[in-house]
Amino acid sequence: MSTAAVTGKRRSTLRGASLPKWSPWAIGVGSIAVGLGISLAAGLDSSIQWALMAAVLFVLGTYVIAARVEGRRQAKDRVATSLVWVCFLLAVIPLASLVWETLKRGVKVFDVYFLTHSMGVVADTETGGGIYHAILGTLEQVGIATVIAVPIGVMTAVYLVEYGRGKLARAVTFFVDVMTGIPSIVAGLFVLSFWILILKMGYSGFAGSLALAILMMPVVVRSTEEMLKLVPNELREASLALGVPKWRTILKVVLPTSIGGITTGVMLAVARITGETAPVLLLVWGTNFINSDPFKDPQASLPLYIYQQYANSAGSGAAYDRAWAAALALIAFVMILNLVARGIARWKAPKTGR
Amino acid sequence: MAKRIDVSGLTAYYGSHKAIEDISMSVEPRSVTAFIGPSGCGKSTFLRTLNRMHEVTSGGRVEGKVLLDNEDLYGAGVDPVAVRREVGMVFQRPNPFPTMSIFDNVAAGLRLNGNYKKSELNDVVERSLRGANLWNEVKDRLNKPGSGLSGGQQQRLCIARAIAVEPKVLLMDEPCSALDPISTLAIEDLIGELKERFTIVIVTHNMQQAARVSDRTAFFNLAAVGQPGRLIEIDETERIFSNPSVQATEDYISGRFG
Repeated sequence: MSTAAVTGKRRSTLRGASLPKWSPWAIGVGSIAVGLGISLAAGLDSSIQWALMAAVLFVLGTYVIAARVEGRRQAKDRVATSLVWVCFLLAVIPLASLVWETLKRGVKVFDVYFLTHSMGVVADTETGGGIYHAILGTLEQVGIATVIAVPIGVMTAVYLVEYGRGKLARAVTFFVDVMTGIPSIVAGLFVLSFWILILKMGYSGFAGSLALAILMMPVVVRSTEEMLKLVPNELREASLALGVPKWRTILKVVLPTSIGGITTGVMLAVARITGETAPVLLLVWGTNFINSDPFKDPQASLPLYIYQQYANSAGSGAAYDRAWAAALALIAFVMILNLVARGIARWKAPKTGR
Repeated sequence: MAKRIDVSGLTAYYGSHKAIEDISMSVEPRSVTAFIGPSGCGKSTFLRTLNRMHEVTSGGRVEGKVLLDNEDLYGAGVDPVAVRREVGMVFQRPNPFPTMSIFDNVAAGLRLNGNYKKSELNDVVERSLRGANLWNEVKDRLNKPGSGLSGGQQQRLCIARAIAVEPKVLLMDEPCSALDPISTLAIEDLIGELKERFTIVIVTHNMQQAARVSDRTAFFNLAAVGQPGRLIEIDETERIFSNPSVQATEDYISGRFG
């Protein structure tokens, strides 16, 4: 065996044989080469097949080689590491390919003109036009939904963590769980039947906001609850022991301590509802014109715009290009929101510097 | 300024579990009273009943009387918030507010209660930090976060925060147990100074510390695990450590058990 060659003549009880640092890379390259070779030899033309083969070979190869050289315990350790790497790649590849595809197709018509014009006088099959009306609609609908959902959600979480005891708190927790699982189309149908069919209010951006708020609320409650639970009890006690009333303790000590995390949670909830299509399709209805009043008449929104450009394109390349560019705008919007959330979380995080 | 405490027949529960039973004692104003005893005997629980922090724990409730200058803390209509303004507390682990600067931490009690004059705030903060022997160490970085201080400094910051609201009584729950001997010495010196203005009650596991800082010492014990803790005896510290009247106290102090 190679053990003796690696460790020298005397066997150390503390230092076993170990693979060189570059060995995972070598095994990875090797398994990709073998995977490619097999698929070429067998005449398979899908890249997924050789990649999957390479992944399986990588894990198996790591185990066999490590078990021979280093022993079974280290082999298990290396297999776990290699599994994590394979899973990481499996998760990242679709994401990267999605972003890449959207970028490639979206940049064709993505310019200032596209961002500042509506589809007002442009037929679906023509070139030109833009997403100004859709951006406006999305901002207003998501903004209103946030204004409705965040105070209710944060206060619910404060109730659950700081005050909630017994049956009521358990019931609230249960219903928040149920709400988390509501499909977005069901939230849309609920608002449709209540707001539009029973109250006869007509399609509007606000109707969409109501449905989006329903979807957003449980996410806000859950994330805020987790953040509030992270605030050490000692801080609450320190404040109470100073003779500060409980509500001021929550307002001035508990919430400021957790505000970074709460903001992140809210931003992620916003990002989630920004892409919701089903309730918007049912309630906001969509328009090609600029409607800046969310309370009256149909509006547009980005996900709805993407869907309608695709559905009404009649095979026109111009509409497809616009749909891709709008998708790019949507992804960029959500990404910017996430970056802002991270910035706020870092800025507001409890300070530890000297 | 400092007020006396008279406890009679005090029993405290966590839910249905009786933690301490039938405790009666008096704490003189402008003195240091130390509570000693084995872990789980209810010293901290008893301490927390003295400013109604016990009921903050879920299921915590209390029977009996605690008189602060002849006013019952558990009387009808007594506001626990008002009680805690009179009876301040320092905890085992230093717990400065992480979002606040050193200055804001000390000013927190006044600011959060809302009854202060802006012009006074600087004076109060300086006086409290001087009172806690921390002023010289932090005067140049009052706007830095309090969590950047060392453990001993953080604990003195918490003491400054507690005395900034001018309580009548200061409760300390093992204030030095997380600190090194030097910081402990600093805090013990501080206790000696503070007792001229406040009534101080301190829980400690360190019997030398009790002997060093306190005027009177109370020994708590529990009959068995699961049984409620009781007050065994309270007397002048010197007497407790030289010639206690109960055998169990002597056993505990001389290290024969616990």
